[in-house]
Amino acid sequence: MKIVVLVKQVPDTAEERKLELATGQLDREAGDNVIDEINERALESALRIKDANKGTEVVAMTMGPDDAAQALRKALSMGADSGVHILDDSLNGADTHRTAATLAAALRATGFDVVLAGNESTDGRAGVVPAMVAEYLRLPLLGSLISADVTDDAVRGVRQGEGGTLNVHAGLPAILTVTERFPEARFPNFKGILTAKRKPVTTLSVAELDIPASRSRTVVVSTAERAPRAAGRKLIDDGSAASELAEFLVANRLV
Amino acid sequence: MSDVLALIEISHRGEIAASARGLLAAAARLGSPVAVVVSSEPLADDDVARLGELGAARIYSAVTAAASTVLVAPAVDALSAAAEAYEPAAVLTTNTADGREAAARLAVRTGGSVLADVVQVRNDNGTVVAQHSVFGGAYTVESTVDGGLPILTIRQGAIEGQAPAATADVSTASLEAPTAAAAVIERFNDDPMVSARPELRSAATVVSGGRGLGSSENFVLVEQLADVLGAAIGASRAAVDAGYVAQTAQVGQTGVSVSPQLYIALGISGAIQHRAGMQTAKTIVAINKDEDAPIFDVADFGIVGDIFTVVPKLIEAVKARSN
Repeated sequence: MKIVVLVKQVPDTAEERKLELATGQLDREAGDNVIDEINERALESALRIKDANKGTEVVAMTMGPDDAAQALRKALSMGADSGVHILDDSLNGADTHRTAATLAAALRATGFDVVLAGNESTDGRAGVVPAMVAEYLRLPLLGSLISADVTDDAVRGVRQGEGGTLNVHAGLPAILTVTERFPEARFPNFKGILTAKRKPVTTLSVAELDIPASRSRTVVVSTAERAPRAAGRKLIDDGSAASELAEFLVANRLV
Repeated sequence: MSDVLALIEISHRGEIAASARGLLAAAARLGSPVAVVVSSEPLADDDVARLGELGAARIYSAVTAAASTVLVAPAVDALSAAAEAYEPAAVLTTNTADGREAAARLAVRTGGSVLADVVQVRNDNGTVVAQHSVFGGAYTVESTVDGGLPILTIRQGAIEGQAPAATADVSTASLEAPTAAAAVIERFNDDPMVSARPELRSAATVVSGGRGLGSSENFVLVEQLADVLGAAIGASRAAVDAGYVAQTAQVGQTGVSVSPQLYIALGISGAIQHRAGMQTAKTIVAINKDEDAPIFDVADFGIVGDIFTVVPKLIEAVKARSN
């Protein structure tokens, strides 16, 4: 079985993240960029399938600037067999639709039985790219899963819905997205880090892919930064802080 | 005035989802609201009346047995058919897993574009403009679509108010079984109705607990304060990871974003990841024994102290005032 895991390099959520006010685009220089944690969970579930079935091939695929190769290296050091890097300046600032069209074309070229992705990235948080890819490839999507069981020809999973969960299934090929409820990813071990350097990474440009959507149509009209919150009163509790807080809440009509 | 489609979700038990109000309110700001509803049975008169009350000028009722057995695909088929029939200025869905998938697939099918996680909308001389709250409210971004159908996923609880009531005209269409490959729904597992507490995303008051609670037994303290305040319960990632409370309560960058009138953080240090989910709250109160906890940088009222002594006293004080 061949599993492609979609990974995205994002700003580290443990640091302050910034937008460029002129364009509304992500400021990639503002802090460290890392592989999105939700993608690590997706990769972990692919690696567990590989652990149980040695014939499984795991490919990590990303679209992003030069620097995004680091996210692929991390995935390779964790245990992915190979990487695909879609690298093209014309994709800078691509919207979700163009991104999905590009990924769909690259997936078609790479081939797969299962595509695994995160339910939403921590930067864009749109959560629509996997479904758009599924529509381009005319495949079922099992999205927002809290668990999944992949067999040779089908996948069963539990989907997090509003007010409950759903048991769902589909035949393969299919696209799956995982949520935070999936297990945390393993750490790369020393052997993994060493062998990652020798694993193949294919670089694809737009010209090498058959992409239907020609341009991004979503446009940022304005970007404004919120004034930082100012700290208010801070009391050291001397036994009376609770009643002062109660008075504060009453005075502000919050209780 | 142009039509604007709103995909109204119906639960598998046949109830109109609470998100219908906000969707139709947003649709009314952009044009004339058309409720698109997919159900296995024709809509009951009560449902039609309810959607009218919430502002639907028209209802496109798509009836198909697949509504409760095939995941999302019937909604995409219904929206495609309705988009063809009404040539709308925009399509709105919820920002839920179902709503986002329907929006995404519709965008590919119609050549449209998705504006995701929208918190406000406006009609700028016929152009649909969506507002987004980015990086936990650190930025406000407005976006639009240049050519093609704008498809907006609306954040739950973000749109206030209600559209003017209307008397809805209903047109009913029967949908063919989905032709595209789609996932099959085997079973619905409803969450047990454990409490009468408000829903976290839309609650006016949220009380959250962090690692400072120390154990799942101690987390009861959070519940007790929440219950005297009529609040929803939240938690930091640390508390969720430690198993004190269910993951659905997690507030932060990963988890739920909330913007309540009052947010009370108990034993939460306030890492950036947590602040990204709550810093747009109107008023923030923090109680933590670590004087240097970053949560105090965003708190309107902070108490450096032991939650196990301060919170019980606070509960008594609030009870005394409400009596």
